Amino acid sequence: MAIRLERQETVPPLGLIAAPLLALLFTLVVGAVMFVLLGHDPLRAFTIYFIEPLTDPWTLQELVVKACPLLLIGIGLSFCYRANRWNIGAEGQYVVGALFGSWLALATHGTDAGPWVLPAMLVLACIGGALWGLIPAFLRVRFGCSEILTSLMLVYVAQLGLDYLVRGPWKDPAGFNFPQSVTFDAVAVVPLLMEEGRMHAGILIALVAVAAATFVLGRTLIGYSIELGGSAPRAAAFAGFDERRVTYGVFAVSGALAGLAGIIEVAGPIGQMQPSISPGYGFTAIIAAMLGRLHPVGVLVASFVLALTYIGGEAAQISMRMPFDVTRVFQGTLLISILAADVLVRYRIRRVEGASHA
Amino acid sequence: MSDSAAGASAKPSALLEAVELTKRFGALVANDHVSLAIRAGETHALLGENGAGKSTLVKMMCGLLQPDSGELLYDDAPIMFPDPATSRAKGVGVVFQHFALFDALTVVENVALGLAGHEPLSALAERIRDCTVRYGLAVEPYRRVGELSVGERQRVEIVRCLLGDPRVLILDEPTSVLTPDESENLFRTVDLLTDEGRAVLFISHKLDEVRRLCHRATVLRGGKFIAEVDPKVETSSSLARLMVGAEVPRTPREVTHELGTPRLLIKDLNLVGDGSRGSALHDINLEIRAGEIVGIAGVAGNGQTALFEALSGERPASDPESIVIDTVPAGGLGPTQRRALKAGFVPEERLGHAAAPDMRLSDNVLLTTHGDGEIVRAGVVRHSVLNARFAEIVKRFDVRFGGKDPKARRLSGGNLQKFVIGREVLREPVLLVVDQPTWGVDAAAAGFIRTTLRQKAAEGCAILVISQDLDELLEFTDRIAVMCEGHLTAPVPVGETSREAIGLAMGGSQGGDAGTGGAHGH
Ligand SMILES: Nc1ncnc2c1ncn2[C@@H]1O[C@H](COP(=O)(O)OP(=O)(O)OP(=O)(O)O)[C@@H](O)[C@H]1O
Ligand SMILES: [Mg+2]
Repeated sequence: MAIRLERQETVPPLGLIAAPLLALLFTLVVGAVMFVLLGHDPLRAFTIYFIEPLTDPWTLQELVVKACPLLLIGIGLSFCYRANRWNIGAEGQYVVGALFGSWLALATHGTDAGPWVLPAMLVLACIGGALWGLIPAFLRVRFGCSEILTSLMLVYVAQLGLDYLVRGPWKDPAGFNFPQSVTFDAVAVVPLLMEEGRMHAGILIALVAVAAATFVLGRTLIGYSIELGGSAPRAAAFAGFDERRVTYGVFAVSGALAGLAGIIEVAGPIGQMQPSISPGYGFTAIIAAMLGRLHPVGVLVASFVLALTYIGGEAAQISMRMPFDVTRVFQGTLLISILAADVLVRYRIRRVEGASHA
Repeated sequence: MSDSAAGASAKPSALLEAVELTKRFGALVANDHVSLAIRAGETHALLGENGAGKSTLVKMMCGLLQPDSGELLYDDAPIMFPDPATSRAKGVGVVFQHFALFDALTVVENVALGLAGHEPLSALAERIRDCTVRYGLAVEPYRRVGELSVGERQRVEIVRCLLGDPRVLILDEPTSVLTPDESENLFRTVDLLTDEGRAVLFISHKLDEVRRLCHRATVLRGGKFIAEVDPKVETSSSLARLMVGAEVPRTPREVTHELGTPRLLIKDLNLVGDGSRGSALHDINLEIRAGEIVGIAGVAGNGQTALFEALSGERPASDPESIVIDTVPAGGLGPTQRRALKAGFVPEERLGHAAAPDMRLSDNVLLTTHGDGEIVRAGVVRHSVLNARFAEIVKRFDVRFGGKDPKARRLSGGNLQKFVIGREVLREPVLLVVDQPTWGVDAAAAGFIRTTLRQKAAEGCAILVISQDLDELLEFTDRIAVMCEGHLTAPVPVGETSREAIGLAMGGSQGGDAGTGGAHGH
């Protein structure tokens, strides 16, 4: 006996909306089982994970801080995924963007440079991230390499580059040999939105990105060419859209937004360069993009849901001594169930009796 | 031979019977209590306009769709097919209207996927070659399906189905992309099968062939059963009247008009076959002037697709001068730039080439109109203008579908064809290149499309029509050229050629040149 998937002739529209919600629900069930196996009261764990962060003004701000990079990266990834280009390496583009931007912050350190520094850092970060993203695009267009593999492998290259810089040339000479750069000057730091807490202006940039992406994807010819290229490549060629240009374009946008997220994080909550600048935002943002149905507003909602798993994970780590890996498990389960729910909505599962000869 | 089969079995038993099948898609009732019995030893025709519900009925009879009510009888016993694999295993073979082949695989791999056994590919390839000889449907087992034209894919689908040795064979518009010779071969095969006591359900919009081939005909209109008739005693127009519910106007033979300047000039066009997609073209020469329709006949797979892609700009030519559109050298231009010269193109493959199957119909309007300046301004899509154009196409070309703005995949074959033709015609092109203009559209709509194209020509548009349907070309083009193995014969005025001369040229003999010679002699 074998199991077969068959495309449904009619996809219930309700199913497309229900699928992510079902996936969330399923993730919670898996989470409950996991908590019980770890010897915790699942109700208490859920409260700490998902309810308490929402009741405290400080963690609410943290939620925004965590959602910001997810949102920026997730929007960029939506461009790629709509075009059927699977950029898995946003984490690397994030790092390279942060490196490009930080270079300026360090180069102007202690020079009394004007307020132009931060905007210039943001621009540099976009350029860096885009360049890093264009490498897998080039390899795909020129040699037909799978962008999934190349973009992922470039993550490790970027991370090792970061590691080398902060342990070598960029190390703060007065830093007791810690692998860190100097703390950025005030002109090189993303301003806070409130005096108390860590919420910074990056979220405003992210919201602008949501609006811009909604417009570009939904209303412009560029958005249409991305969608068409992903949905029917031959029809896109017939329409006159150059597949190579679309590939370069979506990777550049996605890399630039990831790079922007990187520098905002470094020049915002972190404030200096250090070996670890991301708890896997570039990978978690893949989940945000999928959970948000590749729509910028959907990604906005999904980013906050995923940010919650980060905050909850930190809280559970502190108050329940739960390993932070639990958060990873949550996020992973969520991604798998979204993908599974999608398949179940679009396909029927059939059992096929073996050896059915004609 | 068909007479004897019909006469011998005055009351043959039904092999596969649909009883009161109903299928709804939202508010639309695609099949409304439809009954139909396919009998052993008979070829049964299923007739109806575009969107009448023929394909839906077929899909329910093989388990691809589940009926909302009603039942299926197989050998007079109730049966439920959960999926096409089950019905296939039980001996019901279906050739669907829209093919289900994997582009990335070879023909033989595709065939192997459909068969349940574990036959070695080489043995299967042998059997496929046998089919070529036995049924007269040429299929090369080791070609990649992605390279094949629609006509070739149709042959693959038929051969694949026949290899399954079905007791009941269902053919959903198999002949619309076959040449007359290939259709003839298919009819012979169908007759052979029914003589062996098998049953065939045959869907076609070509009423002449239905009358020749079929013993019974069921007519659907708007999803309802209208009549079961004997097609041999009906006339084509009485059948058409049953289908439409009104008199069908004949395509008027055009009045002659003055020809204008050359709109399309193809000069020594050469394309190298790039292996993965499409064949080579050798020294193609052709001139089409404003106001005329030139047809290209030929067996599918002789370079028609390559020619179309060379003209549309999907495969730019190396020499810009080899294609001149309205005095502008266009060989090196892409599709959008060529459309800017007011050229329009309609590829043969509707789903995936002419239209994106999973995008809404209104978004599919944008596919060829985005460069026209009206619908897109400064890179921004003006949805109100787009929707107005969409509504106009639907209205003028009578595109029928359920819902407001469904995905292209949801349209019946003929209705999608009307849509892609309408989309181009409403762009007001001065040059129109159409591959298979009436593939799968019903007689009335085909007549309408031909009349529209003639009218466009009368308004000064130059039109190139590629078709496997020789009768169609003879009916409404001014000159006909023949494509064979990447070569194109010089076009001959329709009045000065004959089916036989063209048929010879299609086979690659010198007949084509003889036809040209005849033209000069005139
Ligand atoms: N999956 C679907 N979802 C919604 N509507 C559908 C679907 N499939 C078919 N329809 C609608 O049902 C009607 C009947 O379609 P069907 O494909 O059976 O027509 P047909 O008789 O085969 O026409 P044609 O001659 O053009 O192939 C059409 O109006 C079509 O738009
Ligand atoms: Mg049909």
